[in-house]
Amino acid sequence: MIDIQILDTPLSVEQCRNYVAADDAGAIVEFIGTVRRQTQGKAVIRLEFEAYPAMALLEMRKIAEEAIVRFSILRVSMHHRTGILEIGAIPVVIAVSSAHRAAAFEACQFCIDTLKQTVPIWKKEIFEDGEVWVAAHP
Amino acid sequence: MKIRVLTFGIVRDITNTGNLWVELPAGSNSADLQTLLQEQFPALKRLNSLRIAVNAEYVTPDTLLRDSDEIALIPPVSGG
Repeated sequence: MIDIQILDTPLSVEQCRNYVAADDAGAIVEFIGTVRRQTQGKAVIRLEFEAYPAMALLEMRKIAEEAIVRFSILRVSMHHRTGILEIGAIPVVIAVSSAHRAAAFEACQFCIDTLKQTVPIWKKEIFEDGEVWVAAHP
Repeated sequence: MKIRVLTFGIVRDITNTGNLWVELPAGSNSADLQTLLQEQFPALKRLNSLRIAVNAEYVTPDTLLRDSDEIALIPPVSGG
């Protein structure tokens, strides 16, 4: 009931949605992360994502397993990109299905919030005049 | 013992390699490795956090290391 992928090719929201679709589902909630053109007023040219794939897959699976137990959802799909992403591109897609909508909303938020805290994936912002690994320094 | 340490993101930039080889006494733990690397690369001390993973799992400072382990330095994550 869990689909976890790290891909260096464009993500498909439809693929995640199709994975979680189920006859017992009354709701599907999707989170789609997109590359914003500015951060704290500074123009971003592109982002670069790097992963420790073996560990990132394990950590994403733990999140999905916990979401299923905590929120009694049916299916979870979490896909994350690596490589160079331009403005508007999709670094992450999370889809969750459940019998009733509240569980899917809560579980989807839990999955993205926890992913940002625990999954070994790193984002570098590239600006006109330099680049920075996000969250690395105070 | 000689252990290989995988590096990612800013840690790879700081150490200038994706694979660090480190000589540690047998019986060393995760905290010993962290201390040694922070002495060797003081810029590591300025990071918001630096965690160690052994065989793709986060470990505590007292976790013993073996030269057969896959060891990785995990700087602050920023996926999503």
